[in-house]
Amino acid sequence: MNRNKNAFTNGIRDGIPIALGYFAVAFSLGIVAKKAGLNPFQGFLSSFLNHASAGEYAEFTVIMANAPYIEMAFVILITNIRYLLMSCALSQRFDPDTLNAHRLLVGFGITDEIFGISIGRTGALNPYYNYGAMAIALPSWSLGTALGIVAGNILPASAVSALSVALYGMFIAIIIPVSRTNKIVGGVVITSFLASFAVSKIAFFDRMSDSMKISLLTVIIAGLAAALFPVKEEEDSKPAEVPEKEDHK
Amino acid sequence: MTHNIYLYILTAAAVSFLIRVLPLTLIRGKIKNPFIRSFLYYVPYVTLAVMTFPAIITAPQIPLAGILALIAGIIAAWKGLNMMGIAALCCAVVFICEAAAPYFL
Repeated sequence: MNRNKNAFTNGIRDGIPIALGYFAVAFSLGIVAKKAGLNPFQGFLSSFLNHASAGEYAEFTVIMANAPYIEMAFVILITNIRYLLMSCALSQRFDPDTLNAHRLLVGFGITDEIFGISIGRTGALNPYYNYGAMAIALPSWSLGTALGIVAGNILPASAVSALSVALYGMFIAIIIPVSRTNKIVGGVVITSFLASFAVSKIAFFDRMSDSMKISLLTVIIAGLAAALFPVKEEEDSKPAEVPEKEDHK
Repeated sequence: MTHNIYLYILTAAAVSFLIRVLPLTLIRGKIKNPFIRSFLYYVPYVTLAVMTFPAIITAPQIPLAGILALIAGIIAAWKGLNMMGIAALCCAVVFICEAAAPYFL
């Protein structure tokens, strides 16, 4: 059980920068929630259950529009569809014997960032690592939203601006070390950067939500990479044989 | 017709929950198909790269601050700095750039 405790502690440690970034983003999300007529408790509840920046932003615009519930379901499905891909990818990192309860809880906790740090782990994924990250990141996200509703524009713009890149710093920390050792992944990352930049500049894609763009690019680029450079059996099963160890250097 | 905010929140939460949980609970064990295996191997890297760029440039108030944060982050990651350190470095780069910008622009 010591390993679980260790994984939980590591999860909390890696969750700290996520929690900081979340707080700032959730705070600004709270400002939108207030416009949609949510009180702080409703904002907290929404963020605790839904915890998705683009998804919640869309959620609040649906509430603002007083649209039918079915539209809410559809909008959330589209804006959050990338979590479906992330959930598929995570299923391959689990020990096949992982209990359903763990699958449900880890699934519930999938966000861009928590997904990001969990795929950065070596070996089979220990659910307790995710629980550690969730334990610090989700309350921060929820409280940030509630506080944003209460306090509005209290945080100075320079602080919000600086904190807004924390999340991207973490993504870089995950993709760059692998790109360094695996040239194909490196090429895939550069291609993704360029394609994403191009899509952001082409007017044709303007009507598409960010989440939709992310899903579309992911399916196309990962699909091409898989067709052109199939991963060898040993290559992607290798991490599973490495015992989980501390990544202190 | 007016709608109940709690029902809105619950609808959104239910859809999000199903999207997140279904693949994890339905896909048990290793997928054998080499294409799907390879696809899922590449998915995380593509998703994270696509989410990072160009969003890191548009997130701060000054785009140049975001570009510098990206470059600093990549160099630090290449050199093996840990995740927390890289996140903090990126924040610091943006904060310093934006604090210094009025003196240069």
